[in-house]
Amino acid sequence: MTHHSLIRGKSIWLFIIPGSVLVCLLALPLIALLWRALNADFMATVVAPTAFAALRVSLLTSTVSTLVAILTGTPLAYALARWPFRVRSWIELLIDLPVVLPPAVAGLALLIAFGRRGLLGPALDTIGISVPFTTAAVVIAQTFVSAPLYVRAARIGFTAVDIQLEEAAYTEGANQWQLFRHVMLPLAGRSIVSGAILCWARALGEFGATILFAGNLVGRTQTMPLAIYLGFESDLNLALALSAILLLVSVALMIVLRRLESRA
Amino acid sequence: MRLKIWNLLLIGMMIFISGCSSQSAPEAQTRTLTVFAAASLAEAFREIGKAFEAANPGAEVVFNFDGSQSLQTQIEQGAVADVFASASQKQMEALISQSLVSNLQSQIFATNQLVVILPQDNPANIQSLDDLARPGLSLVLAAEEVPVGDYSRQVLEALNGQYGSDYAAKVLGNLVSEETNVKQIVAKVQLGEADAGIVYTSDAVAAPELITITIPTDYNVVAAYPIAPLGSAPNRALAEKFVDYVLSVDGQATLKKWGFAPIAP
Repeated sequence: MTHHSLIRGKSIWLFIIPGSVLVCLLALPLIALLWRALNADFMATVVAPTAFAALRVSLLTSTVSTLVAILTGTPLAYALARWPFRVRSWIELLIDLPVVLPPAVAGLALLIAFGRRGLLGPALDTIGISVPFTTAAVVIAQTFVSAPLYVRAARIGFTAVDIQLEEAAYTEGANQWQLFRHVMLPLAGRSIVSGAILCWARALGEFGATILFAGNLVGRTQTMPLAIYLGFESDLNLALALSAILLLVSVALMIVLRRLESRA
Repeated sequence: MRLKIWNLLLIGMMIFISGCSSQSAPEAQTRTLTVFAAASLAEAFREIGKAFEAANPGAEVVFNFDGSQSLQTQIEQGAVADVFASASQKQMEALISQSLVSNLQSQIFATNQLVVILPQDNPANIQSLDDLARPGLSLVLAAEEVPVGDYSRQVLEALNGQYGSDYAAKVLGNLVSEETNVKQIVAKVQLGEADAGIVYTSDAVAAPELITITIPTDYNVVAAYPIAPLGSAPNRALAEKFVDYVLSVDGQATLKKWGFAPIAP
């Protein structure tokens, strides 16, 4: 399908100049990073213990966070899409909040809630669970900031499914699970996968909440962003190698995301 | 429609330009002195900054407090500052070797020692340095690149002489987090998240509600704090004045008040 460009003549510069400023701002740092990182001793640095530990912690925690988000977020998204319950708009506000909340604020809030002297701290203490400074804390922090992204995407996907299809299936005798499995899931599938990818990417990149709530210990709570932040001050090669990996992973995720969205 | 866009663009550009020009106005009214100082100097230097401003009307002192290693990196990467005060010689020497600071201008202005801090309610019931080796504690230290993190490990190694050759290893086995500056350790102990932390005596003075366990002088480190104006300081003369003030009787008195050991005159 060809489009006639509605942008023509001298007004073309109105779009090119500010636009290219932004494009340069976005592109130059990324290109510079890749160039510098791949020139340094990339492979040797990556398999070094600290880098490897950070990779492992990041992959483990971000995957678990995404799974938690999917398992708890899908029913929630479905309810928000189809069930007009009373406090729905409040729940939707709550879900949207972590997306705009500064991560450091999220970290502090988690500490106040689940810390040893926090709201739930003493109760957890009696069961013998202490959350801060554990790998579980990293998962909690990541889930807090990234699950909302999944829920939003899934909810939009569910809402987009024509309700008449559901009603038709319902009258044919489908129960709730069959409805979900055979009608909603296939039709909203693309949105769900997009949401999961966004969620995973966000969890992978989480820094502010993690460093406050989970702390920083190699092999246990030091994720890639934390290793990069600290590596910047001590071992620049480490920071560069991990940054390049995160950058390439982000690029790959974005490409997959765009493919999914363009087909929708 | 086209007219509207042009109007908006024009107004936008005017606002942008006027914003720019007010920043590059000559510093005739106030001169801003930018001081990069180790996190442990926060309270003492803020007080020194106010006194300096009072003694030098027209001068405004702006601080950047962070781990010395972080400040070193920022300066290396081109951050603009007038004065650098570090918690360890290491960072200053790194800058000197890169000709960012003249080695003739770096002077020691104070010393500091280490102390163990515990939360007010002492949740792990730590009574002595020996208890730190007890398994299951939550100990928070600074990362090794941070001066206080480096000093802490030195002290723990030294304490092997007192408590046995596996003392340091046992204590480090209780490590749950490595912070990037000393004030984060104080914060985690204040919140009660950590059972113990190792910080400077000056930090303990700034947080008097915390319990402290003294480290005997024989095993403690003496952290020498150097200060110097930066080679690329925009306000060279003012920077040197600030350094002079820190080394003066008044500056040293303020440092002593906040728990540092002043340099003998």
